[in-house]
Amino acid sequence: MLTPLASLRTGLELRLTVESRAWLHRALAEAADTKTGAGTTASATGADTTASATGPGTAENTAGPRGLPAWELHFVTAGRNCRPAERHAQAGHDVVDAARVLLLHAAAPGTDTVVRLYERGSADERRAVLLALPHLDPPPGTPRALALVEDALRTNDTRLVAAALGPYAATHLDAHQWRQGVLKCLFTGVPVDAVAGLEHRAAGDGELARMLTDYARERSAAGRTVPEDLHRVLRLARFENT
Amino acid sequence: MPSEIRRIFDPHIHMTSRTTDDYAAMYDVGVRALVEPSFWLGQPRTSPASFYDYFDALLGWEPFRAAQYGIAHHCTLALNPKEANDPRCVPVLEELPRYLLKDGVVAVGEIGYDAMTPAEDSALAAQLELALAHGLPALVHTPHRDKAAGLARTLDVLRESKLPPERVVLDHLNETTVGPAADSGCWLGFSIYPDTKMDPDRMVRILRVHGTERVLVNSAADWGRSDPLKTAHVGEAMLAAGFDEDAVDQVLWRNPVAFYGQSGRLRLEAAPPAEQLYQGNSVLRGGE
Repeated sequence: MLTPLASLRTGLELRLTVESRAWLHRALAEAADTKTGAGTTASATGADTTASATGPGTAENTAGPRGLPAWELHFVTAGRNCRPAERHAQAGHDVVDAARVLLLHAAAPGTDTVVRLYERGSADERRAVLLALPHLDPPPGTPRALALVEDALRTNDTRLVAAALGPYAATHLDAHQWRQGVLKCLFTGVPVDAVAGLEHRAAGDGELARMLTDYARERSAAGRTVPEDLHRVLRLARFENT
Repeated sequence: MPSEIRRIFDPHIHMTSRTTDDYAAMYDVGVRALVEPSFWLGQPRTSPASFYDYFDALLGWEPFRAAQYGIAHHCTLALNPKEANDPRCVPVLEELPRYLLKDGVVAVGEIGYDAMTPAEDSALAAQLELALAHGLPALVHTPHRDKAAGLARTLDVLRESKLPPERVVLDHLNETTVGPAADSGCWLGFSIYPDTKMDPDRMVRILRVHGTERVLVNSAADWGRSDPLKTAHVGEAMLAAGFDEDAVDQVLWRNPVAFYGQSGRLRLEAAPPAEQLYQGNSVLRGGE
C-alpha cells in the first residue's frame, strides 16, 4: 500500500505537463540532497537551479537572495514552474500545493526553517506549510508549529483556514481553539469536510453543541438560513445518529 | 449585434483602498484581471516592517478578495519614489529581492521620480537592477509635478540601465509626454481619472494619433478621488469613436497581458474565457 505522500506524488505527476514533471523531479532531487547535506544554494555563482522553467526571466537562476538553498527557491517559485497539463487546467492550485508539500517533505527542514518559510511566505506558500505539517519528518516542534496554525485561523482567508484545520490541528489544537475553528468554518463558508478528525473530535462535545445551537438561534433570529453543515456537526456533538 | 467590450485587464489599480462593491462593479463591466502596484498609502510609513505587511497583503489577502469576485490579481513590488526619501524606509530594499521571487509578482514598481531627489535617483537605479536580475518588467511612475523634466530624467536613467525598453512601462503619461515616451521604445501607460491625469475622450484622441500598440490604459484607482471603472469608460469611448472591438480588446486586454506576460508569472485562470462573457456568465462570482 502506498503512503499518503507516495499517492500524492503519483497523482501529481499524472496531472503535470512534461516540462513541469521534469522540474518536479529536479526540485525533489535537490530537496533530498539538502536533507543529506549535499544541497546547492541559489548563490550568485551561476548555479543553474531554475533556468529551464522560468521562461523569459532566464536571469532568475542567479537572482535569489544569496545563500538561499535551491530547494527553497523551488518552493517559492512552484506556482509558475509546476503547471497542470491542459486537460487538468482546473487543478492549478491543487497541483502547486501538492508540489510544495512534497518539496517540504523531501527537504526535511528543521522547525526554524518551517517557521521562516511560513512567515516569509505568500498565502499560497503558507497554505503549503500548513498542509505539510502532519507529514514532516522530523516533526516540527509542537508549540511553534501550532503557532502557525493559530496564525492561519486568525485570518479570514478561507483557503488558509481550511488548510489550518487539517490532521495537525486535529491532533494538537486545544478544545477551545478547535471549536472556534469549526465555528469559523460555518461563519466563512468553509465546508466542514475540510476539518480533519471532525467525527472523532466533535463526538459528545457538549460545549461545541451549545455554541452551534446559539449560532443557529442567532441565524434564525436574523431570518437567515442555518447551514446544513451546522446541523451535521450538531448531530455529531450530540451523539445523534447521522 | 452592437460592439462591446469583451474583457478588461486593469494594469494599474490599488485595490487595497477599494471595497468589495468596487470588485463587483468591475466584474460587471468586464474586468477579469488586474495588477496592483505597491505605492504610497496616503499615510507615510515609518519602518520597513510596514512595507512587509503591505507586500504580504498584496501576495495573500488581496488576491483572495479578488478571486471571490472572479478577478485574477497580480502585483508589482517596490520602494515607491516618495518614500525613497525617508531613510527609515530605505532598508526595505534589502528585503525586496526575496519578495520579487514570489509567484504573484509580475513587475518591479512603482518606481521612478516624485520630487527628483538624489535619494530617488539611487532607489530608481537600484530597483531597475533588481528588475533585470529577476527577469521582471518595470512599472515606472512619471512625476505629477514637473512631469516633462521628470520624464527626461527618467529616460536618462533608463538608458544607463541595462533593462531593455520593451520591459518598461512609463505610466501617467499625457499629451505633453507621450511623444518622447513613445520615441524611447518603452510601453506607454495612461491613467484615467475623474478630474486630473487623463480622461476617456483625451485618451481616444491620443490613440488616434499614436495607434493602439504598446499602449496600456489604467484607472490607477486608489484612496483619492478616482474611479475603478475608467478602463471600461475608455473602451466605450473608443467604440463610440469608431474603433472596433479588436482594437478595444488589444488596448484593454492583450497589451497588458503581453507586457506583464514577460514576467512568465501571469495566471489568468480566475478569468473565464472571453466567449462566456457574451452570455453574461457570472459563475465565477464566488462566495454567493
